[in-house]
Amino acid sequence: MSDPKRYWQPEAETASRDQITAWQSERLVSTVKRVYQNVAPYRDRMDAAGVRPEDIKSVDDIRKLPFTTKQDLRDFYPFGLFAVPMEQIARLHASSGTTGKQIVVGYTQNDLDIWGDIVARQLTAIGLSPRDKVHISYGFGLFTGGLGIFEGARRMGATIIPVSSGNTERQITILQDFEPACIACTPSYAMYIAETMEKMGVDAKKLPLRCGVFGAEPWTEEMRRQIEQKLDIKAYDIYGLTEIMGPGVAYECECQAGMHVNEDHFIIEVLDTETGLPVKDGEKGEIVFSCITKEAFPILRYRTKDIGAVTHEKCACGRTFVRMSKPMGRTDDMLIIRGVNVFPSQIETVLLKTGHSPNYQIEVDRVNNLDTIAVRVEMNEATFSDTVSEISQRERALAEAIKSLIGVAVKVILVSPGSIERSTGKAKRVIDHRKLH
Amino acid sequence: MAIKQVSIFVENKPGTLVAITDAIGAAGVDIRAMSIADTQDFGILRLIVSDAEKTKQAVREIGCVVSITEVVAVAVSDRPGALNDVMHILSENGVNIEYMYAFLTSRGHNAYVVLRVADNDKAAGILASKGVKLVSEDDIANL
Repeated sequence: MSDPKRYWQPEAETASRDQITAWQSERLVSTVKRVYQNVAPYRDRMDAAGVRPEDIKSVDDIRKLPFTTKQDLRDFYPFGLFAVPMEQIARLHASSGTTGKQIVVGYTQNDLDIWGDIVARQLTAIGLSPRDKVHISYGFGLFTGGLGIFEGARRMGATIIPVSSGNTERQITILQDFEPACIACTPSYAMYIAETMEKMGVDAKKLPLRCGVFGAEPWTEEMRRQIEQKLDIKAYDIYGLTEIMGPGVAYECECQAGMHVNEDHFIIEVLDTETGLPVKDGEKGEIVFSCITKEAFPILRYRTKDIGAVTHEKCACGRTFVRMSKPMGRTDDMLIIRGVNVFPSQIETVLLKTGHSPNYQIEVDRVNNLDTIAVRVEMNEATFSDTVSEISQRERALAEAIKSLIGVAVKVILVSPGSIERSTGKAKRVIDHRKLH
Repeated sequence: MAIKQVSIFVENKPGTLVAITDAIGAAGVDIRAMSIADTQDFGILRLIVSDAEKTKQAVREIGCVVSITEVVAVAVSDRPGALNDVMHILSENGVNIEYMYAFLTSRGHNAYVVLRVADNDKAAGILASKGVKLVSEDDIANL
């Protein structure tokens, strides 16, 4: 048997900086022309900013373009930012938004193929080949996690085990019996699987599992060490967001030294959060992405609100793509709970709708490697009752209403009025006990 | 016939109860009976007092969530089996009890039982028709 490939697409992954810049310029110019022509909101925005498509001559002109935000995706929900007619859309994916309104993105078949390629780049980098099986524990559905890894594994020709999420004991049985070489899931779920194995008396060292691709939520180097040690594998980070593509926008190679941004498809900018100007290598700023090959949903200058840094230093793996750090925080108050994006304002909306006090506090923790979220809400006379059963019933009903909006189970605790800590008159909304950054 | 009970939300932390009893004491209200329901996170303090409105006001002023609930109170003679008779009446008539508590006074030969049921009028009617003595607001004031 021949040695496994080192690169999936070496011509792209090891291209010279000049070549990458040339691709980016050419592709940005044509994408801007295309969206100006086909997507009314982009045209209106550019007209308002006094930018013509012909003003964009190279990647350096990207800063002339207006930003796109998550609010824009909501404002033009569902298909207002799509750049091709619906008959060319091969698939839709969606993720939840703050007011219950989800955001939706589309892919042409070509977009899906590119998605497959960029995920296959990582699977190849970490030593997988068509001879290997890939166990996918991300949820399959509108969430991009499951089907994103699926595209990559399919593109590469690996054997796919589309387990989806849940039923941990069954997942472990599959890891034992089907013998995958790789598992893809959230890092906290990987930890949970490891601990469940310990409880079941399953020896991870006896499994042929070699590596894991973990993303969709923040995790630390300490967690990586624990996952690697407990599951006896190498653990690799993968970055992505629905608005841009899904998992695979950036990926760790075998060196585990930052995530290579797939620069032939995406332009990354790191901007000072105060001035909006680009920061130097190694300095923190807000990460902004532009899609330059996507047909269906070519979002330009999308503000991720993730704080991160990049380095252009050459990586030992030979890839030339710039590497980004793990996200080091957010510019807004978004929380990532078990891979799901949660905004405090979503919880507030539910409280107000159900007649509860808007004085609340969200306490996030990680217990046995699973994120937990507790919402403390100040009791008021409208929600009070003299019987325990009615109060418990109200707590459960509120927890259910919050869960149905944010998609994550929460515990609701009703507390005395005035008992939620206020700083400078405004209640402190979130206490996050997880040490993620 | 129902009487007023003051119900107060009590968070499960030190100092909460004493703040409430301080406020009631300062308002000059007499506590006739009390019970506390406790759960892992909170408790509900239930009081039968000489002046429910005044108590509500005083407790609300210290920032507590408080409500006045109507409950049924009955006098049962202080002898073995007396409470059992009342329970049988309620049970045989399909009256479900959410909670109950009892108290004694220094005067008389009765014990008093406070009952929280879904329908006060129905329960009171049934008890009265079986000869159980119901306690009124006035009775409470004169205990």
